[in-house]
Amino acid sequence: MNTPRFRLWSSVGKKILTGLTGIALMAFIVMHLLGNLTLLVGADAFNGYTESLHELGWLVIVAELGLIALFGLHAISAVQVWLDKGKARKQHNSLMRTKGAPSKQTIASRSMIVTGAVLLVFVVVHVIQFRFGPSIEQGYVAVVDGAPARDLHRLVVETFKNPVWTGIYVAVMLLLGFHLRHGFWSAFQSIGALGPKLRPLAYSVAVVFAVAMAVGFLILPLYLFLFASVPSGAVAMAGH
Amino acid sequence: MSNARQPRSYTLRVWRQPSSTTEGKLVEYAVSDIDPDSSFLEMLDHLNENLVKKNEEPIAFDSDCREGICGTCGVCIDGRPHGPIPHVTTCALRMRDFADRSTIVVEPFRAKSFPVVKDLVVDRSAFDRIIEAGGYVSVNAGSAPEANMIPIGKDIAESAMDSAVCIGCGACVASCPNASASLFVGAKMRQMVLLPQGAVERKHRALAMVERMDREGFGDCSNHGECEAACPKAISIENIATLRREYMKAIFR
Ligand code: HEM
Ligand code: FES
Repeated sequence: MNTPRFRLWSSVGKKILTGLTGIALMAFIVMHLLGNLTLLVGADAFNGYTESLHELGWLVIVAELGLIALFGLHAISAVQVWLDKGKARKQHNSLMRTKGAPSKQTIASRSMIVTGAVLLVFVVVHVIQFRFGPSIEQGYVAVVDGAPARDLHRLVVETFKNPVWTGIYVAVMLLLGFHLRHGFWSAFQSIGALGPKLRPLAYSVAVVFAVAMAVGFLILPLYLFLFASVPSGAVAMAGH
Repeated sequence: MSNARQPRSYTLRVWRQPSSTTEGKLVEYAVSDIDPDSSFLEMLDHLNENLVKKNEEPIAFDSDCREGICGTCGVCIDGRPHGPIPHVTTCALRMRDFADRSTIVVEPFRAKSFPVVKDLVVDRSAFDRIIEAGGYVSVNAGSAPEANMIPIGKDIAESAMDSAVCIGCGACVASCPNASASLFVGAKMRQMVLLPQGAVERKHRALAMVERMDREGFGDCSNHGECEAACPKAISIENIATLRREYMKAIFR
């Protein structure tokens, strides 16, 4: 049974995979957030940023395929952990309670499968909405460095002028916060990186990281909903 | 709480299951005249004496040393393995920690890999089979003086001992929402790899113990960390981090 395939899909192997892919996804969302913060600067800054990504050409495709693989591997290994849990205890006691500290069992740790499933659906919707949404051909044209480029800023603002979309995004980002409150420290524990000194640190930093990511992301739709001027296809924004 | 020295009475709801192949259910019993300083198992002995007098089948539960070192006792009390008090085994738990006239639910350590034999007795031989798979040292470690000729730092010796205190009771599995045996396996691995005699077979040990753990049907770990809280010996989930490091080294070498 000690084939390489079995080793990666063993209980410990799956957990290491969940952890590694989780860490990579966290690195991705940090970059994603930093880029998106240009939305707070204005249309030119945001369109300039997205256009600079597009100028990377085939690297974009590589990155996109890599992300699909990451999300896929993460979801499959994590769902597998959850399925094995169902098999490992068929009959349940009438009561099952936590014994308190140092247990790290929280609402966040218990709902990873729920927050994860919501994130998976969200990511698909999100990509359809923006990656495959209207572009230059549909008249979403901006001028970046004197050349025509996709006016993604207009699409983003139009989307978040709709209170329903803003509500959905804010709610999902709160759930992302829960996913990361357990996920952040858990991922490093999964790859065996946490000793007696680092573990309490990672457990505390997880709260900071989760709040930073959730608030960082949800502030964008809220800001656009409240303060962005209704786009008319014009590029001009104050201060530019 | 009432007068600390007064005898107490309780309502017990105990899991009764005649055999591994029959259905079980919670049955209610009243116990009275319990000395607050008696242990949880003595309270069950007291109930069993009354059951025998009434010609009823006594409640089956495991125990041996009754001083917290053998690991055979262990039941879930009000949903917590070994009861509400941290760092004790069921046999070391005292009735003074249960309020007079309260209701106490007593159930077995529950996992598919720990099938119920009868009432509160479960079959934990899955643990033995994991040890047989790789939780041993097959080099000749020599007699005591020879062993002492290999200098081992006090910090390392103590760290290995922190893992070696595992009594194999199974509370980690019972407390785990996933019914994972990771803490047990991690502790049994770590106690060896920290020492030179045990480090020799680390690769085989990591692969064999994990494979056996999975074949026994234990769940995967989600890092809830409930096992550390439930462990009567307070064994840290650092042992689970070690388990993963050992496993990665074994795969990628
Ligand atoms: C923005 C995207 C996501 C990020 C940043 C992220 C991050 C993480 C991290 C860091 C962990 C901890 C890994 C570990 O415990 O070893 C984790 C666990 C988990 N993730 Fe995600 N995740 C994301 C999306 C998803 C998706 C799409 C799913 C889909 C099902 C999912 C399901 C899970 C589950 C179930 C766990 C817990 C696994 C367990 O019980 O051990 N996550 N996630
Ligand atoms: S009877 Fe030995 S540990 Fe409880």
